[in-house]
Amino acid sequence: MTLPGWKSTVPGGHILTPGNARKYETGEWRSSERPLWHPERCIHCLFCWVYCPDGCIEVKDGKMTGIDLAYCKGCGICAHECPVKGDKAITMAPEGEQTDGAKGGNAQ
Amino acid sequence: MSKVTLTGNEVVAHGMRQIEPDVVAAYPITPQTDVVQHFSSFVADGAVKTEFVTVESEHSAMSAAIGAANGGARCMTATSSQGLALMWEVVYIAASFRLPIVMAVVNRALSGPINIHCDHSDSMGARDSGWIQLYAENAQEAYDNLIQAIRIGEHPDVRLPVMVCYDGFIISHAAETVHLLADGQVREFIGPYNPGRHLLDPDHPITVGALALYDSYFEHKRAQAEAMRRALPVIEAVAADYAKLSGRSYSTFEAYKLADAEVAVVVLNSTAGTAKDVVDDLRAGGAKVGLLKPRVFRPLPVSELVAALADKKVVVVLDRADSMNAFGGPLFTDIRAALYDSPKRPLVINYIYGLGGRDTGVDDLSHVFQEGLRLARGGKPELIVNYLGVRE
Repeated sequence: MTLPGWKSTVPGGHILTPGNARKYETGEWRSSERPLWHPERCIHCLFCWVYCPDGCIEVKDGKMTGIDLAYCKGCGICAHECPVKGDKAITMAPEGEQTDGAKGGNAQ
Repeated sequence: MSKVTLTGNEVVAHGMRQIEPDVVAAYPITPQTDVVQHFSSFVADGAVKTEFVTVESEHSAMSAAIGAANGGARCMTATSSQGLALMWEVVYIAASFRLPIVMAVVNRALSGPINIHCDHSDSMGARDSGWIQLYAENAQEAYDNLIQAIRIGEHPDVRLPVMVCYDGFIISHAAETVHLLADGQVREFIGPYNPGRHLLDPDHPITVGALALYDSYFEHKRAQAEAMRRALPVIEAVAADYAKLSGRSYSTFEAYKLADAEVAVVVLNSTAGTAKDVVDDLRAGGAKVGLLKPRVFRPLPVSELVAALADKKVVVVLDRADSMNAFGGPLFTDIRAALYDSPKRPLVINYIYGLGGRDTGVDDLSHVFQEGLRLARGGKPELIVNYLGVRE
């Protein structure tokens, strides 16, 4: 992508195209851990969907379907809030670690 | 048009009344206080419909002005010294947001030691903030600059905030006879405000205050610098229109008996008035001396300054602020640098004067001119940067 020169900047730094945050993949600078989703333990309470500050939790028909790592900053709030007793349905793992079939933290 | 005798602050308050901005957000500070005091009376008396926001600090005053201006309002405020210092971070943001806020800066020394009297350390500290800076010798010029500042800042080629600076106490609290335009003349001169893009336009939603990192911050600052350059012809054009209305002519600076002068003194604000008397006295004795009084310090009118000063033998620049850089005051370093590329250039020396309201009278300025004349006759300067009127 070629970035615009200074003559093309919008005065005042205004952004004129609403909804453009989608273009900025905050997951590019995720911290050292990423969330792993274990669907077999998930109770689909959607607490993670409520708490995720970047809207990374993917939901279809009221059920969680995965985690969009393109926007995940690795904050770990989803794993912290997951109410499942014992082994939680979302756990945090170091980048690049094998996922053992867990979804969301798919191979990178 | 009416002729009135008022203090500088009262005159500026009347200017604000005539401009009748949508929003004024201000906090009182000596010697600015009675600008907003008088303006608040106009609000209370129903003389203006302005939304007057009494805030808890100058940081909040500028923040409220920025918020209102982003909402499409014509905004003004006024401050001095520590008030401007407390505004600091948001002063830069007003400029980078390209909001044409007009602020009267009643020049007062910055602490410490704590002091309430005039010098230019407050506005000089803000010289790199991206605000246009206009300076005024007297209450008439402060008023005229205030009215013109609205047109300059709001011009679509510019869209920058403007500081209208004048000397604390010396001008702010002394009564002078000035000519005020009629209210209708001011309204017609400034015209209705066209805010351009703003936040209260739901049909055209925008984001204001977005992050710009290493991939775009630089381009935004470059564009801002260009707007500052474009302000110079706008300042001249607005002054030409204002002259037709008022009969008073302005440019980027005033040249007083300068054309054939061998020694030029450069000085801002009220001290220029005293210097004119000294020029007259010395001229009566045959000395070729003159005065250059900058009106516009930001943007710096470099080519105009060089054209006016390059053929002089000696230029003495007076600064009512010390940059503490060990190489002179801000006006001196700018003017000396501007002259560097000139094939023929004068000897340029500096006097720091009048800090903390130290009176600078005819005798002090005579000394400055006499030193300039001595150098013009081939004398050697003892020091390039000197201090005027400080006890040894």
